[in-house]
Amino acid sequence: MNPNIEDVIWTKIKLARHPKRPTSQSIIPLVIDDFIELFGDREFSDDHAFITGIGRFEGLPVTVIAQEKGITTPERIERNFGMPHPEGYRKAMRAMKQAEKFHRPIIVFIDTPGAYPGIGAEERGQAQAIAKNLFEMTSIKTPIIAFVISEGGSGGALAIGVADKVYMLENSIYSILSPEGFASILFKDSTLAKKAASLMKLTSEDLYSFKIIDGIVKEAEAGFHENVELTVKHMRQIIKKELKQLTKLDPDALLEHRYQRFRRMGVVVEQ
Amino acid sequence: MGTVVDKLKAQCAVKKTTQDSFVKQSDIPQGLFVACEKCHAAIYQKVLDENLRVCPHCQYHFRLNAPERIRVTLDEGSFSELFSRLTSTNPLSMPDYEDKLAKTMSLTNLKEAFMCGTGAINGIQVAFGVLDPFFLMGSMGSVVGEKMTRLTEYATKARLPLIVFSGSGGARMQEGIYSLMQMAKTSMAIKRHSDAGLLFISVLTDPTTGGVAASYASLGDILIAEQGALIGFACPRVIKQTIQQDLPEGFQTSEFQLKHGQVDLVAKRYQIKPMLTRLLKLHQPGTNK
Repeated sequence: MNPNIEDVIWTKIKLARHPKRPTSQSIIPLVIDDFIELFGDREFSDDHAFITGIGRFEGLPVTVIAQEKGITTPERIERNFGMPHPEGYRKAMRAMKQAEKFHRPIIVFIDTPGAYPGIGAEERGQAQAIAKNLFEMTSIKTPIIAFVISEGGSGGALAIGVADKVYMLENSIYSILSPEGFASILFKDSTLAKKAASLMKLTSEDLYSFKIIDGIVKEAEAGFHENVELTVKHMRQIIKKELKQLTKLDPDALLEHRYQRFRRMGVVVEQ
Repeated sequence: MGTVVDKLKAQCAVKKTTQDSFVKQSDIPQGLFVACEKCHAAIYQKVLDENLRVCPHCQYHFRLNAPERIRVTLDEGSFSELFSRLTSTNPLSMPDYEDKLAKTMSLTNLKEAFMCGTGAINGIQVAFGVLDPFFLMGSMGSVVGEKMTRLTEYATKARLPLIVFSGSGGARMQEGIYSLMQMAKTSMAIKRHSDAGLLFISVLTDPTTGGVAASYASLGDILIAEQGALIGFACPRVIKQTIQQDLPEGFQTSEFQLKHGQVDLVAKRYQIKPMLTRLLKLHQPGTNK
């Protein structure tokens, strides 16, 4: 592997994980007006790794579902570093069902290293909660537009990512596992994450070329945090454009489009 | 913190390669002794096979490969394979993946980890799939996801109940993001099968974890866990090292999942076919008259 390519990809990952990179709580007020946060899954608790609520996008009521890693250290602990428990996925699904009822489009911000691996998470059915979201999102009869804003970690990201349109910020990553985890498997050495990252094809350009995502949101050369306005403006343009298209579809056509979007994914040989 | 977790996840995946020993055991000629994986008692291969590969001493359930699972579940000669021509490629050009696939194919005599088709269970026609835990840990890449989706779509169209046995460590790492998307694809197909009013029984066998547990395998109308299976989202070692404390006795076993309300039933291997038969009969058209 060309060491220059390794460097280029690693620079992107460092930008995705940059401590100054805006998180959902900073992005939401810049994209959504009159946002009201609504809490809880009505079953067990409120998962702070998720922010859900309602607001307006250019006057149109929308539901927002966002993963949140936190900014300061105490807040990051409070938000479990953006690693949701099952109640987080159930909270997200509750918000989606409510959006469907009131015909509100759903805007999703994905930002998680992955779903949390812990005793409570297993006892309360982490696998079941994620699976149920994949299942239910198949038939939520309202447009869903998702943005991967920094890290889209595995099933924990996909569980809110079964959308009609999926975009990634230029320096975000979306993958089956972190580069560190992948390096442990591939090279039996997690310190070779940089090398692993270059093999994993986890950048926005890679995923766009695979047609896994629909487009890339621009960032300043030095990263999202260096010119927040630029990225947010592009994000707003995308939401506007996509909502215009998606709200034209009747519910059956919308769901068929969503089904086919994921149906074609995968590379197989048929002999 | 997330990266630490992933690192641990990766270690788990590496550890699990000891599964190869199972494959070799099933290759031992008939009549030889086999050591029980759990109690280490010597068991005649023939006795073990007659006992559906369950240790007669300690009830340890040996993992079954796909053809064995078909043999113990479907009526003799009823299985008709579908979509058998699908094979994997190396979409991310991952080093050594092709070699690994070729080796596994010759070792298991299978083309991929998922085998599916139609068959009968005590005369009741079903769409049937089985994920082979010996084929690259039963991991779900593009082919497994595609076959599972095609099988589900076939069942929806033919209005057949769907029975799937899973035994998998999760998503196939070598196919990266494509593997992840199979979780969505398979679950979406199950939703359509479900909306058509059709029955899906998912049988979770040792192990059912990661991306398979967190997608179609958890979406059965009825979830049956085979006795003593490891079932969960994250691997126990990842959890243990994340939380820095010992895990409770029996954590993530079939029995644990039953206790926590995550599965409908736990069944011993010999009980599964009779249970499937009863459940299928209860869901046959006209039975609610």
